[in-house]
Amino acid sequence: MGMTVVEKILARASGRAGVRAGDVVEPAVDLAMSHENAALVINQFLEIYGGTALEPLVWDPSRVAIIFDHRVPAESAKTASNHKRVREFVAKHAISKFHDIRGDTGGICHQVLPESGYVRPGSVVVGTDSHTTSHGALGAFAFGIGATEMASVWALGAALNVEVPGTIRVEVTGDFPPFVGPKDLILHLIGRISAQGANFKVIEFHGKTIDTMSTSGRLVLCNMAVEAGATSGIVPADGETARYLREEAGVEGPQPATAADPDASYEQIVSIDVSSLVPQVACPHTVDNVKPVTEVAGTKVDQVVIGSCTNGRLDDLEVAAGILRGRKVARGTRMLIFPASGKIYAQALRKGLIADFMAAGAVVMNPGCGPCLGVHEGALGDNETALSTTNRNFKGRMGNSSASVYLCSPAVAAASALDGVITDPRKGRD
Amino acid sequence: MGKVVLKLEDDISTDVIYPGRYMATVLPSETPRFAFADMTDFNGALTAGRVPPGSMIVAGKNFGCGSSREQAVSALKGHELTIVAHSFARIFLQNAINLGLRIVTAPGIEAAGGDEMSVRGETVVNETSGASYPVVKLPQARQAIIDAGGLIPFTRKRLLQKKSGDSHN
Repeated sequence: MGMTVVEKILARASGRAGVRAGDVVEPAVDLAMSHENAALVINQFLEIYGGTALEPLVWDPSRVAIIFDHRVPAESAKTASNHKRVREFVAKHAISKFHDIRGDTGGICHQVLPESGYVRPGSVVVGTDSHTTSHGALGAFAFGIGATEMASVWALGAALNVEVPGTIRVEVTGDFPPFVGPKDLILHLIGRISAQGANFKVIEFHGKTIDTMSTSGRLVLCNMAVEAGATSGIVPADGETARYLREEAGVEGPQPATAADPDASYEQIVSIDVSSLVPQVACPHTVDNVKPVTEVAGTKVDQVVIGSCTNGRLDDLEVAAGILRGRKVARGTRMLIFPASGKIYAQALRKGLIADFMAAGAVVMNPGCGPCLGVHEGALGDNETALSTTNRNFKGRMGNSSASVYLCSPAVAAASALDGVITDPRKGRD
Repeated sequence: MGKVVLKLEDDISTDVIYPGRYMATVLPSETPRFAFADMTDFNGALTAGRVPPGSMIVAGKNFGCGSSREQAVSALKGHELTIVAHSFARIFLQNAINLGLRIVTAPGIEAAGGDEMSVRGETVVNETSGASYPVVKLPQARQAIIDAGGLIPFTRKRLLQKKSGDSHN
């Protein structure tokens, strides 16, 4: 019996000829990412070494990445002190993949990692962030872990007691209609299989639609795989992956491609034809409460957010600017835009997109996680409603447990900002 | 034996267990006061010490979904709560095992607030209703971490074995 992509990656990383779903392995880690919660990882790391007489040194400083993104610039003295503590650790341990609060190399971890060329096909990536699943877009096996588990990785360089997950194969065919894209596809999939439908499993994406999708779009799919409970999402690396790494991440040389064996074993196969897909909206308060935009059109929105590790990339901003250009955000609706990284912000600036946003009345913020999880900017008032291109709409997610959050694509977000109510972007405009 | 102090539905996220705005607080000694911070009555009972150690939360499927924040586990562990759920989300489950929060997967569990329950081997018994429910065992690989007293001692032991192995080569 053949192996899935993740089975192959885990076999390689654990030095075995083959593994099967359910086997327990200890894969060597190629990249270990943390953000502000590195402050907790450091605490747990030092505790591991407590009483051992060993010097606490990370196993390989070149494989540790730390990116500040959740609270940037610091919103409080407490966060600033956490940042400071992490910086001191980074300096002491000579951690080179460190992205501080900067306009050039800073940004959201799940954009900084791929655009910096840190994520390679076939590698094992762990991160103290549930959306680490994003990096499966480049053909890596990437999954979220807690801070104590990361401390263990820093000490040993391997992830302990990893159960090889079973795989769900998702076959996607058809061309996206206008104003429909990867975000609508992943919301549709989550609605179909539920928020627990892929618990402890990998979602492996295939099909003509995926073959022709940009890495940016694939990042959206893998990013939100975790919202179906998946351990990871993965798109097998191909020519587009090599192009992205070469042209957008500055990585030279051939890239290994790990394909699934034709006789690989899948727990479930899901087929989706996107040619008849309509824009999708995830309604409060679970990500699998997904409806076609037509069913919720007209719902008043107080705040529209475009950005995050899901939809803050250049193509997302281009779609939004195309709708907003020359028009005005409705009175009574606030629109916040967070490019995913400094690099994307600069590209958007050069293309004139930032000027389009500002002229429309949107507020362009610095790259960061900001309002997505209610830790920083853009908190909601009591009983307010937000429409957001982010990835979660749980109760209290945007900082107020009486508020409601709807999730959508950049096209739906931009169209809705103009009308002040949830709006189908396919409707004509003068 | 413990009393059910909170009954929750499916898909309780870590945003509900430990809201994001308290994430700058990281130390296990400091996180417990923000447990279920937006559920002000329950949080008030916890922080006032009115919930005795060993009390139980009963939840539906996919408890702990969402963010990987470990504070959601350390905050509950700080109050010495036991979580009995139909199922747990992966990262939460793993964090709970790593930190030693007591969790029990019992897919059919039925209980009301105030019921007394006990966990006996591979069964949860609702002493109030008299019903008992089978417990889904953890995979052996994870049991080893529990047996070691959590991931920190487990990793420490592995580290020492590795270092002594290195010095013999």
